[in-house]
Amino acid sequence: MAPIALTIDGKRVTVEEGISILEAAKTVGIDIPSLCYLKDINVIGSCRVCVVEVEGAKTLQAACVTPVAPGMVVHTNTPKVRASRRLTVELILSDHPYECPTCPRNLNCELQALAERMGIRRIRFEGQRQEYKPDVSTPALVRDFNKCILCRRCVSVCEKVQGVNAIGPYGRGLKTTIGPAWGESMAESPCVQCGQCVLVCPVGALYEKDYTEEVWKALSDPNKHVIVQTAPATRVSIGEPFGLPPGSISTGKMVAALRRLGFAKVFDTDFAADLTIVEEGSELLDRLAKGGPFPLITSCSPGWIRFMEQFYPELSLNVSSCKSPQQMFGALAKTYYAEKTGIDPAKIVMVSIMPCTAKKYECQRPEMTSSGFQDVDYVLTVRELARMIKQAGIDFQELPEEEYDAPLGISTGAGVIFGATGGVMEAALRTAYELHTGKPLPRIDFEAVRGLNGVKEAAVDLDGTQLKVAVAHGLGNARVVLDRVKSGEVQYHFIEIMTCPGGCIGGGGQPIPTNTEIRQKRLEAIYEADRRMPFRKSHENPAVRELYETYLGKPLGPKSHHLLHTTYRWRSPFGSMVQKNHQGVWPLEEVAAASSPDEGVDDRR
Amino acid sequence: MTESREHKCECLEAYRDIDRVIQKNRGDRGALIQVLHYVQERLGYVPRNVQVRVAQALGVSLSEVYGVVTFYSFFREKPRGKYIISSCQGTACYVRGAPEVLARLEKDLGISAGDTTEDGLFTLEVVRCLGACGLAPVITVNKDTHGRMSEDKVPSVLNLYRKKAESEVTVAGT
Repeated sequence: MAPIALTIDGKRVTVEEGISILEAAKTVGIDIPSLCYLKDINVIGSCRVCVVEVEGAKTLQAACVTPVAPGMVVHTNTPKVRASRRLTVELILSDHPYECPTCPRNLNCELQALAERMGIRRIRFEGQRQEYKPDVSTPALVRDFNKCILCRRCVSVCEKVQGVNAIGPYGRGLKTTIGPAWGESMAESPCVQCGQCVLVCPVGALYEKDYTEEVWKALSDPNKHVIVQTAPATRVSIGEPFGLPPGSISTGKMVAALRRLGFAKVFDTDFAADLTIVEEGSELLDRLAKGGPFPLITSCSPGWIRFMEQFYPELSLNVSSCKSPQQMFGALAKTYYAEKTGIDPAKIVMVSIMPCTAKKYECQRPEMTSSGFQDVDYVLTVRELARMIKQAGIDFQELPEEEYDAPLGISTGAGVIFGATGGVMEAALRTAYELHTGKPLPRIDFEAVRGLNGVKEAAVDLDGTQLKVAVAHGLGNARVVLDRVKSGEVQYHFIEIMTCPGGCIGGGGQPIPTNTEIRQKRLEAIYEADRRMPFRKSHENPAVRELYETYLGKPLGPKSHHLLHTTYRWRSPFGSMVQKNHQGVWPLEEVAAASSPDEGVDDRR
Repeated sequence: MTESREHKCECLEAYRDIDRVIQKNRGDRGALIQVLHYVQERLGYVPRNVQVRVAQALGVSLSEVYGVVTFYSFFREKPRGKYIISSCQGTACYVRGAPEVLARLEKDLGISAGDTTEDGLFTLEVVRCLGACGLAPVITVNKDTHGRMSEDKVPSVLNLYRKKAESEVTVAGT
């Protein structure tokens, strides 16, 4: 690629061929505003906010889709440009509800910020303002189409990054809508509730379903024993809503904040992550001994599980039967912890702090009740926890560092790295190596499975046994790996799949913004937190050892099986909408066998 | 009601042909519009069961298929009637009473413009200028033109086609 020299606002700029005016302007400190642009993902020039003047061009050009050319002369701040951008933003606002103070994106909204930046104080037009009913059909997400500005970032992320295609644009012009096909609800679509659309929505058209009121109510109920678990990736992002830079490790402050909110015990999902490794590592060693079935695929990420059930149900026997750490934790909280403390499990309210929206869905899956109760009652995203801390008037930055409660707050560095892509793999390898070989690990860090590359591969020598592993994050990358596995092109023993780009540090429940740069910083913080831990291998966790000795017996034993393992369902790749509309049935066959829509528990296990 | 017509035997033939076209393009995402075109031509609309079939075979998402079907006005999601009534609302027709003709058509057919009658006989559409301003107000029924329409002439025009349809059924039945 040859370098290209051009002029932007009188400044000489030299950039690589093929990049856009918008990206070129960034390199010289000029921020061209945009609403629809999402680097590498949504580059469609549809919102027209990023228009600039290019000398010699008849009309204004959209900077996000216009590539630089040699000798090009660009003006980004002329009366013509300002008037056009202002008109565009006014027109968008004319069809947007003025509900800023009550909107979940108030003070963190790209449209609001743009109106402020442009100094818009009056909107000259009144749009048609059709009213749509918000879609609250899923346990995790809310889609309020009234606020949608049709930027299509959500559609692009769902298609290009996640490969789910649950939503699309329908119709055209003023009648354009975004959503699941046939105007169906999100619950009836193939949506896996990962929430990546929420992270990229510039406005308040997509957001998490808020359970803070339910949690406040439980906290103020003297008859309830409200305990909390915090997912690995929450400790490296919770500082952001309080002004701490991305990558700050706020574990101790988060624990202190949760105590001040009134939780009786502050526990750590990392404990259950260690437990997962012991169970899943045993599963891997068991399969190595038996010779299969391979690959074993991880099961911690509920968006991935739903994705697998819909698009790769034939792989359900390859997926580990381990519940996710959140659900293992919930099942133990209302059995082991309840028995140990003599607290009636009916009075225990289990709250999770998660970087994830799909966890809200997971905890409501009907099979997640092995304690005899709903194992996890409420899941709050990092965003919701931040709101509660603010509501309580807690000065987060000034909080002291506090420790988790024992025993379910005791964890290792292996539990921490569950929050990053490659982390479950690395944690499993640390344990599997030592259990399989009986020797201490020569080197604890498995660098090959770390980092933000979409698909990572490695070969690990377990003292003579060659283990081939792969890691994919983002469901689109998962598709790439799984299709290769299905075609026989590649063979692996063990695959880690996380739903979200970057793993949980880039989860749909993380603070907004979450982008590649921020993901990288959180990732580094996760590995730093790992290094700081006294124990870094799951099987060395003393609280997990005690749990086996006093309660569970052995890994994969009957009690583990009952509390810590689960089964999967086969689901239609179209969601439930096809069966619901029996117009979906093809007339030439008995109930379209091709779509294998038989919804039932997979009991082949 | 669409369902009952979908499953009529003359339709099954069309479905078999459609399936042949779909299978021929299996795995070819780029063939989406062509395949939908064929479906539209054969059935007069693109029913949802066909959308699902096309999505499965071509390897595209249902969102994409539905997006294309709703974007282009050529494609329809609802079946069209045997007789397509186009009521001209162009300027000449409009000033000579086209709105009253349209209102009467809607009343007598019991549907709004854009819809199809329950029995599948008539689809009522509004068009702008058919180029027959000398005959204003004009309606067309399939390829027949009915000029100098009035509210009162609506029942006899409709009856003409109802009888026509009936006689065709009788002939087919004998």
